[in-house]
Amino acid sequence: MKKTILMFFLFSASLLFSQDIFFEAVDNPNDDGTAIQLRWDASNISSTKMIIERKDDGGEAKLVQKIDKAEGEYMDGEDIKPGIEYVYSFSAWDENDQLIQKVESAVFAQAQWFNSEKISLLILALIITVAILYYIYHAKIGKELYIRKIAGLESIDESVGRATEMGRPILFIPGILDLDDMQTIAGLTILGKVALKAAEYDAEIIVPVCRSMVLSTAKEVVKEAYLKAGRPDAYNPDSVFYLTDDQFGYVAGVDGIIMREKPAANFLMGAFYAESLILAETGFASGAIQTAGTAMPSQLPFFVVACDYTLIGEELFAASAYLSKEPNQLGSLKGQDLGKALFVILLTIGIVLEISGVHFLKDFLMVY
Amino acid sequence: MKRKIPLLITFLVGVIIIISEFIPHKPFGQITGELENWYLIIAGFAIILGQLSLFKVNLFKIKHRQKNWQFFIITLLSFILMVSIGIFWGTENHPGIFGNGETISNTIGTKPFDYLFDNVYQNLQATMFSLLAFFIASAAYRAFIARTLESSLLLVAAILVMLGNTSLGSALTGWLPESLSFLHLPRISEFIMKYPTTAGQRAIMIGAAFGIIGSSLRIILGIERSYLGGE
Amino acid sequence: MSENVKKKQIDRRWIFLLLFLAVAIPLIFVIGLPIETTENVRMVHGLIEQTPKGSKVIISFDYDPASKPELHPMGKALMEHCFDRDIKVIVTALWPMGVQMAEDIYSKIKDNYPDKKYGVDYVNMGYKAGGIVTIQAMGKNFRDIFPQDMNGTSIDELPILDGINNFDNLGFVFALSAGDPGIKQWVQVAHDTYGRPVSGGVTGVSAPAVIPYVNQQQQLIGLLAGLKGAAEYELLTETPGTATSGMDAQSVAHLIIIIFIVAGNINYWRNKKAEKKRGE
Repeated sequence: MKKTILMFFLFSASLLFSQDIFFEAVDNPNDDGTAIQLRWDASNISSTKMIIERKDDGGEAKLVQKIDKAEGEYMDGEDIKPGIEYVYSFSAWDENDQLIQKVESAVFAQAQWFNSEKISLLILALIITVAILYYIYHAKIGKELYIRKIAGLESIDESVGRATEMGRPILFIPGILDLDDMQTIAGLTILGKVALKAAEYDAEIIVPVCRSMVLSTAKEVVKEAYLKAGRPDAYNPDSVFYLTDDQFGYVAGVDGIIMREKPAANFLMGAFYAESLILAETGFASGAIQTAGTAMPSQLPFFVVACDYTLIGEELFAASAYLSKEPNQLGSLKGQDLGKALFVILLTIGIVLEISGVHFLKDFLMVY
Repeated sequence: MKRKIPLLITFLVGVIIIISEFIPHKPFGQITGELENWYLIIAGFAIILGQLSLFKVNLFKIKHRQKNWQFFIITLLSFILMVSIGIFWGTENHPGIFGNGETISNTIGTKPFDYLFDNVYQNLQATMFSLLAFFIASAAYRAFIARTLESSLLLVAAILVMLGNTSLGSALTGWLPESLSFLHLPRISEFIMKYPTTAGQRAIMIGAAFGIIGSSLRIILGIERSYLGGE
Repeated sequence: MSENVKKKQIDRRWIFLLLFLAVAIPLIFVIGLPIETTENVRMVHGLIEQTPKGSKVIISFDYDPASKPELHPMGKALMEHCFDRDIKVIVTALWPMGVQMAEDIYSKIKDNYPDKKYGVDYVNMGYKAGGIVTIQAMGKNFRDIFPQDMNGTSIDELPILDGINNFDNLGFVFALSAGDPGIKQWVQVAHDTYGRPVSGGVTGVSAPAVIPYVNQQQQLIGLLAGLKGAAEYELLTETPGTATSGMDAQSVAHLIIIIFIVAGNINYWRNKKAEKKRGE
């Protein structure tokens, strides 16, 4: 009996004073094999100095990090290559510089072929893509698709006609961002249609651009429009010209063009930032009919207030489909609408679940 | 063939970038970053096109003495001046081909490029930006008219937000007791910005995002080709 | 709007003139209207107050001279607050002119802090292109992205950067942002991926799009929005500057605009009534 009590006491004491450091090195998931996650918990020991070192493939130990927290995580991304074994060691010393414990953990850095955190994004992207392709196919086989009227696009004829009657030019501004922005491409698509109309009506078109890449593309678009209209002689290569990359320098230049040339119709189609109201108000002051379109939510109120017609958000991207009336393109609009309907359903379900304290949908849809 | 090759390149690059979003493994994980670097390099060279266009158009207008041709001389002179002094004497931390221009720097206090940047360019930018204040006033005067229910709501919201964002809002409703603190103008303004405005902006962003998806798919699949010029 | 109604509207040049006076006069003759702090600004102030002395933080200057009136006062007050609390500042910039903006502020305040040394208490790493890709790379390996500071000094020779290999040893990240790339990208990477506290200052017009990030998940810890946010922060840090003096001008200017809106409405309804009478 006495021996049992003594053994029990010794065992409890050893547990009480056990100095266990938890340390593990694991491959960072969902990456290209260039990072290792390190986790440690040294709260059971009393240490004044803790370090993590790393040995690469049988080489020398290299200091990775000095640790000042008893418990924590660290991501090592320095010189990590996939397929190589790394041996990490966690060492702790006491105030007398005596090594308390050293724990090692070996890990192979691995590159993953699929980022599992993005599974929800993949599923939603596939659903929307399939929906768009489905409706494109339906439109191709002759099914009638209804698209509501978009006043801003219907007014293009009216605006160009007005410019022709008044003998004044049309001003087209394709935004201030570069060709890598979808709004600029959408703007250039509309430029093609406006230039075609201008060529047919024999109206002058002025296209000042903010980026050099947009300059080349816009020139091609306008030239092709004039060729398509059968008026290659009327095309003026200097009608599309570069001003400056600088935001407010561009605005100053365009304002000057508006005040000097007094265009009858202004089209502001693309991405705009703070200069949107400056352009729109100057255009209003000059007496032009103005049609604007942008997907920048912060600039839309300014355009709505100062312009005669405004294409809001996705109406700008729908322009090419709307104006061409091609079944392929109209079908894609329908597919987008299905995507939006799905989104509204998910949103409603998500709100209900969150209010009820059920978070699985939010956790599933969150993408890092 | 002239149109088929660009369409094929667009399709392949589009599909690869979409796939690389989901595959971290080399080379897919690095593709987006690499292509962005390629784009920056091409855009850098394309700047030369822009400058040539600027010169060509302005010289033409000067040569033919078009209306206000004197302004175009100022444009070209300003351009040449900034480029030249930047190349010759450099900026604050980088020397030019003629060194650091100590004589000029000692006279004007800083390098010529930095002097013009700080004292001319920055002030011109600020001037153009400040035009916004005047234009907002004239646009608000013209547009915030209570013609319909919606425009009345817009009018009321605008006044509440404007007052709430200034010291006047605090002064006008600061005396309200704690039980009525929700009527405090800055709180109302914050509420309007945080909830209905954000909701509206998010709805537009979501719609625009779907529009971008649709447009991008049309371009990748070659259904939309207007960016190539023509149909 | 009928031609008659249009003609009876005030010439916009009168609006411009009155607005100019409304902004200029309060800047010259200071009124001193009271400024009340809001929750978002108090959260920002609290973040810096609770950050331990000696911590290292990143302040990213993602704006250009056009947004200087709103964001520069924030940057100045923030840097002064950090120096007062012995917090070491690492400056980065995702916009090219952000570098000069940071240097402008540092050159103005360094004489007030003679004990603060470049390389020890403050460093400017310069501009890096690439937006979110750059931030992601910083989170993985800071030293690869910034092998030297903007003056060309090697990162290994800068004591302030000892132990900074990624975002792990940072107190917080603060983004002064005028657009894209900017605060959203910092939230997406520094907070959502690496779990660091993030806060920021934005222009007034960008604020509605960024405010949703001030939420329960603390994606942003407070937000300084526009000139008012800057003035409130100056009040909390007791460093009155251009934002505080600008608030008087902003208040009077807003009042003038409201008066014009009301006048425009009265004008419109009177004319409409008169037209109706004429029609009858």
